[in-house]
Amino acid sequence: MPMERGRRVRALLYSARFRAAVYQVVVVAAVVALGWYLVHNTLANLAARGIATGLSFLGREAGFDIGESPIPFEASDSYLRALLVGLLNTLAVAVTGIVLASLLGLTVGIGRLSRNWLVARLATLYVEAVRNVPLLLQLFVWYGLVTALPGPKQALQPGLGVVLSNRGLKFPLPHWHDSYVAVLAALLAAVAAALVLRRWALARQNRTGQPFPWLPAGLGLMLGLPLLVFAAAGAPLDWDRPVLAGFNFRGGATLSPEFAALLVGLSVYTSSFIAEIVRSGILAVPAGQTEAALSLGLTRGQTLRLVVLPQALRVIVPPLTSQYLNLTKNSSLAVAIGYPDLVSVANTTINQTGQAVEGVAVVMSVFLVVSLSLSWLMNWYNAKVALVTR
Amino acid sequence: MNLFKTGVAALAAVVCALPALAGQTFDSVKAKGFVQCGVNLGLYGFSAPDDKGNWSGLDVDACRAVAAGLFGDAAKVKYTPLSAQQRLPALQSGEIDMLARNTTWTLSRDTSNGLNFTAVNYYDGQGFMVARKAGVKSAKDLNGATVCVLPGTTTEQNLSDYFRATKMQFKPVVIEKNEELTSAFFSGRCDAISSDASQLAAIRANESPNPDDFVILPELISKEPLAPAVRQGDDQWMDLVRWSLFAMIAAEEKGITSKNVDQMLTSADPDVKRLLGVTPGNGKALGVDEAWVVRIVKQVGNYGESFDRNVGKGSKLKIERGLNALYSNGGLLYAPPFK
Repeated sequence: MPMERGRRVRALLYSARFRAAVYQVVVVAAVVALGWYLVHNTLANLAARGIATGLSFLGREAGFDIGESPIPFEASDSYLRALLVGLLNTLAVAVTGIVLASLLGLTVGIGRLSRNWLVARLATLYVEAVRNVPLLLQLFVWYGLVTALPGPKQALQPGLGVVLSNRGLKFPLPHWHDSYVAVLAALLAAVAAALVLRRWALARQNRTGQPFPWLPAGLGLMLGLPLLVFAAAGAPLDWDRPVLAGFNFRGGATLSPEFAALLVGLSVYTSSFIAEIVRSGILAVPAGQTEAALSLGLTRGQTLRLVVLPQALRVIVPPLTSQYLNLTKNSSLAVAIGYPDLVSVANTTINQTGQAVEGVAVVMSVFLVVSLSLSWLMNWYNAKVALVTR
Repeated sequence: MNLFKTGVAALAAVVCALPALAGQTFDSVKAKGFVQCGVNLGLYGFSAPDDKGNWSGLDVDACRAVAAGLFGDAAKVKYTPLSAQQRLPALQSGEIDMLARNTTWTLSRDTSNGLNFTAVNYYDGQGFMVARKAGVKSAKDLNGATVCVLPGTTTEQNLSDYFRATKMQFKPVVIEKNEELTSAFFSGRCDAISSDASQLAAIRANESPNPDDFVILPELISKEPLAPAVRQGDDQWMDLVRWSLFAMIAAEEKGITSKNVDQMLTSADPDVKRLLGVTPGNGKALGVDEAWVVRIVKQVGNYGESFDRNVGKGSKLKIERGLNALYSNGGLLYAPPFK
C-alpha cells in the first residue's frame, strides 16, 4: 500500500499540469504578499512621520484659481473639482491633438509617397526635422513664438472681430438664442438622414452597380437643413465681440497661448510619427492591387480610397494606437508652458496639501483609465477593420 | 515632470525607509560629519551657487551656522538643490537633514506634513511686480489682469485669496520653472508677476532686461515668515538648528561681529559671557561644545552681517531691513534669552 501511495505522489509531482498550477499559486501569493508589504510599510512610515494620509483632502476647498476651464471653477470649489477641471483640460488638448495629428500625419504620409519630387522631399524634411527634436524643446519654441506676439493694446486685428495678441486668439461668438435648440436638432436629423442615405446608396450600388454621390449629398444635407431652420427662425445673431477693457480683451471666445502652443506642439510632433506609420501601411499593400484597380478603370483617388487605404488601415491601426497614447501622455508636459492640465493642477494640489503619495496615485490612475479606454476603443476599431478570415 | 520625480522619490522613500527614531538625526549628522541641507535651485540672495559651485545666501548661512556650531567648520555642509515641489518630500523622507529654502511657516506644514519649523530667518510678504509702462500704481488697479505665478507654493493660494477678498478678477498663468515663468512675464504674456517680495527683487535685479522698467507694487498681500525646517521626531536636532539662528540674532543685538568676536570674549556683560560660552552651560545643553557661538559668528557672521552681505546694502538686491530689523530697531527679530 505505501508503495502505491508513493507512486501516486510521484506521479502528481511529475504531472505537468499540477506543477504548473503550483507555480502559479506561488507566484500569485508572492505578488500579493509583496503588494501588501509595500502598502502596509508605506502607511506605517507615513504615520510614523506624522504625515496625513487618505483621500479626504479631495473634499476640501482648493483655494487657488485655474487659468482656463471648460466648466465653471472658482477658488472656493473643492480639490476634486479642480482635478476634474485639469482632467477636462487634458482631454480637450488630447482629443483635438489626436484629430489634428491624424489629419496632418495622413497628409504628410501620403505626401512622402507623392510622385511629385518637391512634395515628397518637403514631406521627408518635415518628418525628419520634427521627429528628431525633443518635444519639450519644440513646446518652448511654440510658446516663445506665441508669446512674442504684440500685447493687447497693439493686438493684430485681421478683421471680422478676430483679435490676435500674446493673450491668445480671441474671436466673436454668437450669444445663445433659444432657437439654436431647433438648429441643433435639425443638424442631428440631417446626420441621421445622411446615414440612411449612405446605406441606401451602397445597397443600390451593390445591386445595380449604379453609384450615388452620397457623401456630397449627405454633407449638403447636414449644412443645408440647420441653415434652413436657422433662417426660418429669423436668423437671430447677436455677436459677443472681444473688446479691449483694461488689461485685456473681454468677451468672445478665447484660444489661450498655452493651449495653442501645446496643441500645435503635440500635433506636429506626433504627426511626424503618424506620417511614417501611414507610409508604411500604404507600402504594405502590394503594388499589384493598385495596378489591378487601375486596370478596372478606377481613378487614382478611387484606388487610394477604395482599395489601398482599407487594406493599409490593418497595418496602420495598431501602431497608431501607440501614437495616440503617446500624445495623451505627452500632454503632461503642459506644466512646462503653463497650460493647466491634470498634472499641473495635481502639482499645486500636492504642494498645498503635502500629500504627494495620494496625489501622484490619483494622477497615475486617471492616466491609466484614460489610456486604457483609448486603447480599448482603438482595439475595437482594429477588430472592425481587420481582415475577416473565413 | 518634476511632479513624477518627486512623487516617485517620495513613494520610494516612504516605502523603503524604516521609521525614524528620536535623536536619530542629531546622532547621524554628527556621525557622518556634515549637514545635508536642502536649498533653493538658485535664488539670488537666499541660496545660489557661484560659477565655482560655492553656495551663498541667507538660507545657506543658516546651514553654515549649524555646521559651524556642531563641527566647528561652516564648510561642512552638503547642499541639495530642491524645487518647490521636491522640498517637503525630501525632508520628510530623510534625504536631507534640514530645509533652508525660503519656505513659509504654515500650520499645515508644521503639523500634517510632519515638519517642525525652527525660527524665522526672513520675514517676507507676497507682492506684485509690473512693467513701469503699464502705469499701475497699486495692487488695487489689477482688476482683470493676467498674473504669472509659480506653482506649488503658498503664492498661488494667496493670489486667489487676495482677488477674492477684493472682489476683483484675474487669470493665473502657472509655469513650473522659474526661468520660463520670468521669461513669459518679460515677454508680456502677463500683466503682473506675483511672488515673495524678496524674490521679485532678485528677479528684477538679475533677470530683467532693464531693472528700471519694472516696479514692485507697495502692497504685500500675505505674511510669509520664511523659516528653516526639520523633520518631526528629533527635538535635539530641532533645538540646535533653532538656536544656531538665534545665536546670530543675539550676536547682532549685543554688537558682536565676525571682526570683534575675539575681543568680546573679555566682555564683562554677563549676557555676552553666557552667549559666547565664557560662562559655560549653553553648549552642553545643546550637545555641542561651549565655543559654538564664537565659531558661528566668526565664520558666518551675526544676522546683520549675513543680511547685508546677501540681500541688503552689500548686495545687488539692496533690500531694506524693514521687518527684518532687530526688535530694538523697529523690526520683528528677537532672540529669546541665552540662559
